[in-house]
Amino acid sequence: MTRRILLWLAPLTFLGLLFFYPFFRILAFGLNLGTVKADNLQLVFHVLLFTFYQAFLSTLLTLLIGLPCAYLFARFDFHGKSLLRALTTVPFMLPTVVVAAGFNALLGPRGWINIALANLFNGLTHSSTSFSPIPFVGTLGAILIAHVFYNTTIVIRLVSNALSGLDPKLEHAARSLGADNRRVGWHVTLPLLRPSILAASLLVFLFDFASFGVILLLGGPTFATLEVEIYIQALQMLNLPLAALLAFIQLLCTLIFSILYTRLATHVAVQSAPRQAYPHHPRTIREKIFVFAFFVFLFAFFVLPMLSLPLRSVSSLDVVRGGGTPFHYSLTSDYYSELFINRRDSLFYVPPIQAALNSLGYAGATVILSLLLGFPAASALARPGRLEKFLDPILILPLGASAVTLALGFIIAFGRLLISPWVVPLAHTLVALPFVIRTLQPAIASIPERLRQAAASLGASPFRVWQNVDWPILRRATLNAATFAFTISLGEFGATLLLARPDYPTIPIAIYRFLSQPGALNYGQAMAMATLLMALTTAGILLIEKQRLPGTENFF
Amino acid sequence: MLKVHDLCKTFDALPLLQGISFVLGAGETLCLLGPSGSGKSTLLRMIAGLEPPDAGQILWNENDLSSTPAHLRDFGLVFQDYALFPHLNVFDNVAFGLKMKNWKIAEIGTRVAEVLDLVNLRGFDHRKVTDLSGGEQQRVALARALAPRPRLLMFDEPLGALDRALREELLAELRGILHRTGIPAVYVTHDQDEAFTIADRVLLLHEGKIVRQGTPAEVWLKPDSAWVAEFLGLGNVIEGSCRLQSGKSRGCEVETGFGIFDVKCGHLHRAGEKIHLLVRPRAAAGESNKIQGRVADVLFQQDGFKVRLDNGLYFYLKDEPKIGQKIEIKIKLECLE
Repeated sequence: MTRRILLWLAPLTFLGLLFFYPFFRILAFGLNLGTVKADNLQLVFHVLLFTFYQAFLSTLLTLLIGLPCAYLFARFDFHGKSLLRALTTVPFMLPTVVVAAGFNALLGPRGWINIALANLFNGLTHSSTSFSPIPFVGTLGAILIAHVFYNTTIVIRLVSNALSGLDPKLEHAARSLGADNRRVGWHVTLPLLRPSILAASLLVFLFDFASFGVILLLGGPTFATLEVEIYIQALQMLNLPLAALLAFIQLLCTLIFSILYTRLATHVAVQSAPRQAYPHHPRTIREKIFVFAFFVFLFAFFVLPMLSLPLRSVSSLDVVRGGGTPFHYSLTSDYYSELFINRRDSLFYVPPIQAALNSLGYAGATVILSLLLGFPAASALARPGRLEKFLDPILILPLGASAVTLALGFIIAFGRLLISPWVVPLAHTLVALPFVIRTLQPAIASIPERLRQAAASLGASPFRVWQNVDWPILRRATLNAATFAFTISLGEFGATLLLARPDYPTIPIAIYRFLSQPGALNYGQAMAMATLLMALTTAGILLIEKQRLPGTENFF
Repeated sequence: MLKVHDLCKTFDALPLLQGISFVLGAGETLCLLGPSGSGKSTLLRMIAGLEPPDAGQILWNENDLSSTPAHLRDFGLVFQDYALFPHLNVFDNVAFGLKMKNWKIAEIGTRVAEVLDLVNLRGFDHRKVTDLSGGEQQRVALARALAPRPRLLMFDEPLGALDRALREELLAELRGILHRTGIPAVYVTHDQDEAFTIADRVLLLHEGKIVRQGTPAEVWLKPDSAWVAEFLGLGNVIEGSCRLQSGKSRGCEVETGFGIFDVKCGHLHRAGEKIHLLVRPRAAAGESNKIQGRVADVLFQQDGFKVRLDNGLYFYLKDEPKIGQKIEIKIKLECLE
């Protein structure tokens, strides 16, 4: 028992100080009678309405695209399937700023599509001025498309897992009883998939509901979800009580969704039949068309934004006045070299590349801190006693709280202490800790106690037991957990935006600032920064994918 | 009447079924018997229309079914692991086929009650199928297949997951139901006892081909090949070569590792030809061929003793011999080519 308490000492102190204390301060601040006023409530109502509205639309759209994809992956074999599957999973872990920059590079006013359209338009009319770019950034459509881009993989994973876990004999039985394809789907397949579809929808809704970066970067000032409004109230209006009220509502909503999801997820786990070699190559014309169409669509949808970004970061497009084509292309490395120059009129007090160094420093600190806290907590959770059954959900709570809310809690609770730049890795650790624990815990639990006993009975000291039994098994999990913490910290946007000092920007903050300023050079530098971040994160994701342990497949 | 003509199927570029042909008469129960992996279940799925054959035809009353999709074939199918719909209760599972045929609600009610009665599950209507025992689930699966009055019933190792006692009980019931309803049936199994109990006719599948067919008694008496004799466990299969053409009668003197035997099998054999012989494990009093050996092992079995000799052959004897004792047994030899 004392050993367990020792294990819990550090993680619980950390969470108590940096999560629960700020959390209660938010409650106290937000539920103050002075805050609950008529005009405040009206704002809250509007924000809440829009948050639900966009989350609902996004979820619907994600299902619309995700369900056929789930069917595609579960039922068909085709060339490039594993590549396509990997492509659909990458966005889920990409930082929001990268996704926003990617869509900007593809569909924004300076994006490829508008450039192509402008050239086409001017080529047809021979006038250089009359083309106005198709608006994308700053529309609801941009938000929805980015959300679909992010979350389709959830639907694909949950539903295609359920679908390929379905016993094909159930459908065979239905067909031999006289059901045609449509009725098999309606009376057998769909009812059996319902729990997984519901769970996926709820999870997608949860993510869309708590979306911050996408809304801020692609939606522009006209769209405010709860998250964005918390940020606006806290940092721009300096109305902390109202921000706290919004944060309280946000927490309440995510808590309700999380409870609903957990209930559903247990349902999903129940029905798992033996896997059959079910997927087959498309046979009929209709199947071939379906597979081909979705393959092309998915490939374009998931590759184009991520391809536009690096391309745009090395393309200089000068406007040529009076010419037949409005743009002059050339390859350039200017945007990258500009990152190393500290210009007097630049957005920062430091050369932009300093942001990358800051980010790496913060990420390193986050890795160390979250491993130091995660190991004891995961060890205790791996052999749960009564204490752990109680503490398990508590540890995962920060996962439900959004990063913006966490940061707001910091600001409300510690106000003046925030001068130190070291508050950022603390916040990042808070965000990364649940992931780290969830990665380490199954690995630790997978080591049978008998193995340790056997080693001890063969004469190994406790340290050598750890060195020769535990560590070889935990090495991969530790590397994964570290990579998780590293990539999460690198891409973290919401909390950092609220907590980082102007002279200590991180990569996402720099991208955000560059994107929100006019000028081709700023835009180019945003693209260059985002490309760097994308490369780092993708390397991290690939590392995790490669090291994936059986049984720790995903977090949803 | 079901007619299967020259059916072929490859799986992963390997031939799974080659040139399968048979005819199923009215009210007949046909059993496809073969080891696992012999393509029995695939054959069933092709008849059901769930998988297309690579070549060959499946005909019902001389009509080619190749363009008839599974749901229009009216062939009932019962699976080994039952494949009951877990989201529906017993009643809705059994009523599924009737609903697909757009029966009226009232008629569905009476028909479901009728078939549940037939399989001894009266009053189970509202039970969840996931709460039922294996035997009960199998009864529901049978009721579900029977309900829409199929033209043909197919069973894919339906009793494989049940214990021995329950299997025998259900097998007897199933036989009764098939006889009463007169529905022709194709029954797939790897268990010869099951096959011989239920079948009017047995088809033995080996490496994608039908190697023997006939009534259970015919197959038992004349296995006709070493593989069939070994698969059915009919006795010891030994190898030998023909020495002489022994006179007028068809047959020969066969030299084996166990001695030289005189075999009259009705076939013509060339001198030097390798042939397989079946040594039935029960002593045959009137025979002239004898085999000798030392007793290596004795097992008690029901009404006698299973005796294994040091030369690897086994026999069933009434009296218990001593281990190490030298014995001589008169045997009946059958040529297996």
